[in-house]
Amino acid sequence: MGMPPTPYTPDPRRSQAWIPFNTRSEQPIVTGTSVLALTYKDGIMLAGDNLASYGSLACSAPRLSVTIPSYTIFGASGNMSDFQYLQHDLDNLIIQEEVTAQDGHQLGPKQIHKYLSQVFYARRSKMDSLWKSVLGGGFKDGKRFLLFVDLLSVTYTVLTLATCYGVYIAQPLLRKAFEGSEVRKIKEDWLHVLFYRDPRSTNQYQITTISAAGPTISPSLKLETEWSFAESIRGYGPQTQ
Amino acid sequence: MPNMSAIVHPQQRHFNPYAENGGTILAIAGADFTVIAGDTRQSEGYSIQTRYAPKVFRLTDRAVLAVNGFAADGNMFVKKVKQRLEWYKHAHAKDMPLRAIARLIQTMLYAQRFFPYYVYNILGGIEEDGSGAVYSFDPVGSYEREACRAAGAAQSLVQPFLDNQIYFKNQTAAPGRSHPSHLPLPDVLSIVVDSFTSATERHIEVGDGLEIYIVLAKGRSLQGVEGLHGLRELSTQEDGERVFVLQRDLKKD
Repeated sequence: MGMPPTPYTPDPRRSQAWIPFNTRSEQPIVTGTSVLALTYKDGIMLAGDNLASYGSLACSAPRLSVTIPSYTIFGASGNMSDFQYLQHDLDNLIIQEEVTAQDGHQLGPKQIHKYLSQVFYARRSKMDSLWKSVLGGGFKDGKRFLLFVDLLSVTYTVLTLATCYGVYIAQPLLRKAFEGSEVRKIKEDWLHVLFYRDPRSTNQYQITTISAAGPTISPSLKLETEWSFAESIRGYGPQTQ
Repeated sequence: MPNMSAIVHPQQRHFNPYAENGGTILAIAGADFTVIAGDTRQSEGYSIQTRYAPKVFRLTDRAVLAVNGFAADGNMFVKKVKQRLEWYKHAHAKDMPLRAIARLIQTMLYAQRFFPYYVYNILGGIEEDGSGAVYSFDPVGSYEREACRAAGAAQSLVQPFLDNQIYFKNQTAAPGRSHPSHLPLPDVLSIVVDSFTSATERHIEVGDGLEIYIVLAKGRSLQGVEGLHGLRELSTQEDGERVFVLQRDLKKD
């Protein structure tokens, strides 16, 4: 008999019953914009740009994450610090499950989805929400799974997903194009449209997929854009005539 | 006199822990059956989040719960009710009776009186005397047993229709005849389907799909459910109460 398994110690910040008002986040600070996700023949694909905005101050940060042992990929929009906290939390959970428990069971995307929704629900019930929406995908035992959780812990699964501006701009295109086959082309089209219209977005992006072959994440890619049409637009910018 | 406009009042932007996710549920009790139904659209504002998010859940072979309002609270509430029913089953080696589930739900809702589950519940099923029953709740646990009830986004469209068709309000019986006290199952099913197709026409938060649960009393014949297209049985025993579910499409626009 070896050492008894170490019990999982939850984050003290989360287990605290009462959190003083001055430590709760009332609004997101450093934010990420849209993330897009869809189901395709072999699995799930996620795309998002690499921009973190502090108001209008821009900085580069990845917004997609791959948690390999649990067959899950996810991306987030909203507060970037909450995204990084969540990555940490999931890493700890997976270490706890894979190393400490060693019971032959592995967390899959469905379990991760449930776990996230419980974490988000607990936080919103303390009036201290994780100020973000997460969308993720998984592929386990031959089944695809696309998930969504937001700051109020409203959850659902669906074939195509988008957050932020993407809800209004990409989601309709997506639902329309969904029967098509050129998935990657579709993604790039939406990112184009979003980059043209969403001032808090950038033309550098990443794409991540998960399928039977496992998860992949692309290096930072660049969208080719064409701005000459802007010359003829009058009435929105600082032009004098 | 101090200059009032110079006084800066503390301002706080409040985090709202609730959302409204649309949709409608309804339940109708018959003499020896109950029908519980809900649409499957989940929305926030003008956006449809998903076209399939179930709002109606089988609790036991004789109880079905429909939840409507804030989806996160609804899912959490159903999860907790199911947990309590499982504990009851382990302690007493039987399923909790319907009236006891109703009281349990009121207690669980009132326990959250000062941070309520923002959820309207309708519980339907078969009572221990074999009669069909519907219990409806408000978010803080006030409840009553009724013959029919609609709740949710299109409550104001559906409930008056049910009052007319189920309770025969504003209808006069033919001379020398009286209104039936309970309608037969096929009539109830068509009233349910009509309620939802009409609500879908007139309410933007209702549509996409319809899930109809049918609970039959112990020993009741399958008359009225036989031959229904796409009928699925969910009951665990053949000699007790039986639960069935039917899925129908609603308009997606």
